[in-house]
Amino acid sequence: MGVLEGRFEESVITTTLEQAINWARESSLWPMTFGLACCAIEMMATGASRYDMDRFGAGAFRATPRQADLMIVAGTVNFKMASRVRRLFNQMPDPKFVIAMGACTCGGGPYYKYGYNVVKGVDLVVPVDVYVPGCPPRPEALLEGLMRIQDKVRAMKYLTKGQPMEVPIPSRTGYVLLPEELSTIEKANEWARKNKEAAAPAKG
Amino acid sequence: MTPADIVTILEQKFGDRIKSKKLDGIDPYVVVDATDIVAVCRFLRDDPRLRFEILNSICGVDYLEPDAKKAPKAGFEPHLEVVYHLSSFSNRPDGRIMRFTVKVLLPRWKDNKPGELPEVPSVTSVWNAADWHERESYDLCGVWFTGHPDLHRILLSEDWVGYPLRKDYEFPLEYHGIRGR
Repeated sequence: MGVLEGRFEESVITTTLEQAINWARESSLWPMTFGLACCAIEMMATGASRYDMDRFGAGAFRATPRQADLMIVAGTVNFKMASRVRRLFNQMPDPKFVIAMGACTCGGGPYYKYGYNVVKGVDLVVPVDVYVPGCPPRPEALLEGLMRIQDKVRAMKYLTKGQPMEVPIPSRTGYVLLPEELSTIEKANEWARKNKEAAAPAKG
Repeated sequence: MTPADIVTILEQKFGDRIKSKKLDGIDPYVVVDATDIVAVCRFLRDDPRLRFEILNSICGVDYLEPDAKKAPKAGFEPHLEVVYHLSSFSNRPDGRIMRFTVKVLLPRWKDNKPGELPEVPSVTSVWNAADWHERESYDLCGVWFTGHPDLHRILLSEDWVGYPLRKDYEFPLEYHGIRGR
């Protein structure tokens, strides 16, 4: 701002258009009312007077995706709900952001092993910007997640660099490439047996 | 009225169609054949001495020990049970709500063909409350209730494969492109 600095009156601020837009955008995020399970209670607490999400400009919970640009997925997503989650995400106007709130949406949580109907992480369905772990997370944690979203908005380079409007869905497959010795069940058992033998105390 | 009295009334009416009974324990019960369940339930509801007008729940229970080593010691043959929990509010001996349990024993698969669901007549004609309970038992345990007005899955999606609360259920690896485990 070197050339322009100090050449106007005090009430005039010079900035870049991009920064101004980002500032406006980050200070007025409109989350979607999207409580699926117990985390929703904590999300409501975050919106209520004690923690007051409105301090960060994100207090206007909308009941329709078309008026929202932040999706807080609060609660267990099951397979029946997954198609709805993706449809709601697709209905939101760009730019849009997703917070995965709670252990279930981050990666299945307590339902990871024996939940036959629970999606093992909502990032298998929609692209997630910020993960807020916890079961359920404290309101402070959700506020922290919101501030990380704001950081992300602040760093957006829409005008100068452009940004892909379509985010690929899903952004990861979820399959983990295992090392060679664990690749099959037989090999994994063999590996575990060897480890056990090595750990056993020597006889005599 | 004690559970023994209820069983006596039932045995007077149905004789040896009451297959077995258990009177001690928290839930005293009788076991009847699947073909008799509607008649027994209607009698339990309508008889002035009993008047079980409330159907609390219908449960499906899968008796199967999936571990082949433990199966001989399990103490039961593999089978499926449908359990009806009843309550009577109008008959209150010693001031308590009278409760009773009826069970139906079924094979795990009809005619031992895997995939063919065992059948029980629906009791929706006796208690309307049975409607959703039977849909849930069908959904999760795979019991086919004949004569049910609208038997389809209640909790899981319509195109779900298998019955999750069966002990030999295998978790889906993938559902509509979403990784399952």
